[in-house]
Amino acid sequence: MRWVCLLFPRLALEGALRRRPDPEAPFALIDGPVQRQCIRAANRAAREQGVKPGQALGFAEALFNAPEHVQVNAPLSKAPGHVQINAPGHAHFNAPDASPDRGSRSGSRSGSRSDSSQRLETALFDVDSVERWRRRLATWAYGFSAQVSLHYPHALVFEVASSLDLLGPWPRLEARLRAELTALGFSHRLVIAPNPAAARVLVNVHDGLAVDDTGLESALATLRLDRAGLASIDADRDILQTLNRSGFQRLGELFALPRNALARRFGGGLMRHLAELRGEWPLALDYHRPTPRFSRAFEFDQPVHAIAGLAFPLKRLLQELGVFLMGQDAGVERFRLTFELEDGPPQTVEIGLLAVQRDPDTLLELTRAHLERVRLAGPVTTLTLFAPQLAAYAPIRRELLEGPARQAQAWAALHQRLVARLGQPALKPLVEHREHRPEKAVLNGAGPRARDASAGPPRPGWLASVPQRCDGDVVQLLAGPERIESGWWDGDDIRRDYYLAQWADGRQAWVWCEPERQGWYLHGWFG
Amino acid sequence: MDIAAAARYGGRPMSSLESLLDSRQVWRAQAGGVSDGGEAIASGHAELDALLPGGGWPSAAISELLSSGAGNGELALLWPLLSRMTREGRPVVLVSPPGVPYPAAWRQAGVALEQCHWLDVQGREALWATEQCLRAGCCAVVVAWLPQADSRLMRRLQVAATSGNTLAFVHRPLAKVTEASPAPLRIRLHRHAELEILKCRGGFAPARRIAFGAGA
Repeated sequence: MRWVCLLFPRLALEGALRRRPDPEAPFALIDGPVQRQCIRAANRAAREQGVKPGQALGFAEALFNAPEHVQVNAPLSKAPGHVQINAPGHAHFNAPDASPDRGSRSGSRSGSRSDSSQRLETALFDVDSVERWRRRLATWAYGFSAQVSLHYPHALVFEVASSLDLLGPWPRLEARLRAELTALGFSHRLVIAPNPAAARVLVNVHDGLAVDDTGLESALATLRLDRAGLASIDADRDILQTLNRSGFQRLGELFALPRNALARRFGGGLMRHLAELRGEWPLALDYHRPTPRFSRAFEFDQPVHAIAGLAFPLKRLLQELGVFLMGQDAGVERFRLTFELEDGPPQTVEIGLLAVQRDPDTLLELTRAHLERVRLAGPVTTLTLFAPQLAAYAPIRRELLEGPARQAQAWAALHQRLVARLGQPALKPLVEHREHRPEKAVLNGAGPRARDASAGPPRPGWLASVPQRCDGDVVQLLAGPERIESGWWDGDDIRRDYYLAQWADGRQAWVWCEPERQGWYLHGWFG
Repeated sequence: MDIAAAARYGGRPMSSLESLLDSRQVWRAQAGGVSDGGEAIASGHAELDALLPGGGWPSAAISELLSSGAGNGELALLWPLLSRMTREGRPVVLVSPPGVPYPAAWRQAGVALEQCHWLDVQGREALWATEQCLRAGCCAVVVAWLPQADSRLMRRLQVAATSGNTLAFVHRPLAKVTEASPAPLRIRLHRHAELEILKCRGGFAPARRIAFGAGA
């Protein structure tokens, strides 16, 4: 058994950044009561400006609100007098902790980006969102392993021994995991160990460590006790403090002691924890089971008025759908976009695909084509993507295709593209129905499908969708009449005599008149 | 600009004529010559094939059909080709046809209906759809009715047909006869199943009308 533990140190922040069009712009998560909100986490651009966790929100915002920025006079800022004249109200001078690194910061920025106009964007820290993102990442990890557990907070553990045959060896799988997480925008640490408990404690201090059964004991032995997960053993007794007071520093010192003495002194909980770490005591973990449907929303800070403004959120949602589908080895055949409007009931767009898809780029292209025909009924505040059910997905290996199969695939892709933009009704097949009334047979597709290839009376290549009155244009009747009388049972009955007629300009037309009545009607052309 | 264009350069040394020929600005008019736009696809009308360079419709190109409207023999002209292609299992797309195709008639003409599709679209969407079908390279034949297409759009479609290696027919009204067109083959349809070749790249455009009848 080999278990990977992934630790996400910045899950809340990075999850929120995924929802922002420019993740590089200064951004911070805030927390606390409304009167005293303070910074919970900040991205790099914000940290470079001096924003730190624990700062009051107003203070952090002041770092950005300076009318004239340090950057403008970066070379001069070393002369204190000069700066004080130029920027008397500058926030940095009120910030005792900001001044020491001011020189290096302004120096590094002056050449690269002009940040002086940027504001600090903030969002409320949301505990639930951390759990949501962790579950989403578990669904992603489900693509690599059937045993994914959310047992440990802030982390994911999953078993990979059984997938290493397919995805391994480990260095390759590790590179793949890291590449995919980086693409998703999540910083992480990972460790692979023989059991989940050991992987979880080792990831506290290591990144990229791979230990097997023989190396496990020595890797654990060097671990300091305060990083070894001992706090979770017994909430009532501070076992960590007891151990520290007894002079223990590292796990190895506990491993060296006789077990029965240790158990008598510190209780069964510690023994069990140590056994779990060494893999002697099996852990029963709850495994994550992904839900068979996908629903995700994107809320906008400002209402979006045009479809064009939905391009970025749509791309993000479809990417997430793609990751979700990849993890489940499934595809979608139809999904629904819901636009929550600022005023009025939500507007929904059903997107149906002709084939099961999961590639985000293809989905985006097809969705865009669908949306070209949609008019927004009002400003949109939230965009929700909902895929009620997944479908089995069979990827097509392009290189294996030759000749007709490739042709069929290209035709399927073209068909999909045409239908996405023009709508399903625009692309029509030619189907022959056993029905005498021309309108019913051709336009409405009534009656059973004709199976036999029997020769009937001549029919025109083109049928006019509505018969047109045409007295005077017919110069000569060439053939006919052919009486078509049908439909008394459905109230749409007709009684007509059809003729092949010579038109005034020499063309051949299909015309009819009603018996014992006046008036000719043009109903088609013989091409 | 076939023979006349070549004659205009008659006074120059041979080498410059050769260079013009090389750059495909001028081509040699030769009866029954082999066209350079890929192989030709038999039209199914023996007399017409004998006159067209390469012995058929130019593949990977647009052929322009000019007529006064539906019912001028366009189906009699194309049905032999369409029935052959669809029976080989290759899809055929009609874009904004002048009427609703009557399945019974098409079946009687020998067309395999399950390979035949038509697009009920108008205006810009019709142009877009035509270009998509041409570029995709999986349609055996694309037949489009595009009265709105001007010479610039025709060039665009011609490029699409070449890149997708697709045989295409574009129907336009008679008023466009005088307009320049990038299509390598231009045919005017007359009543009573006769046609007139207005332009054909790689061959003489015969001055007489050709009767093509009901097909071979």
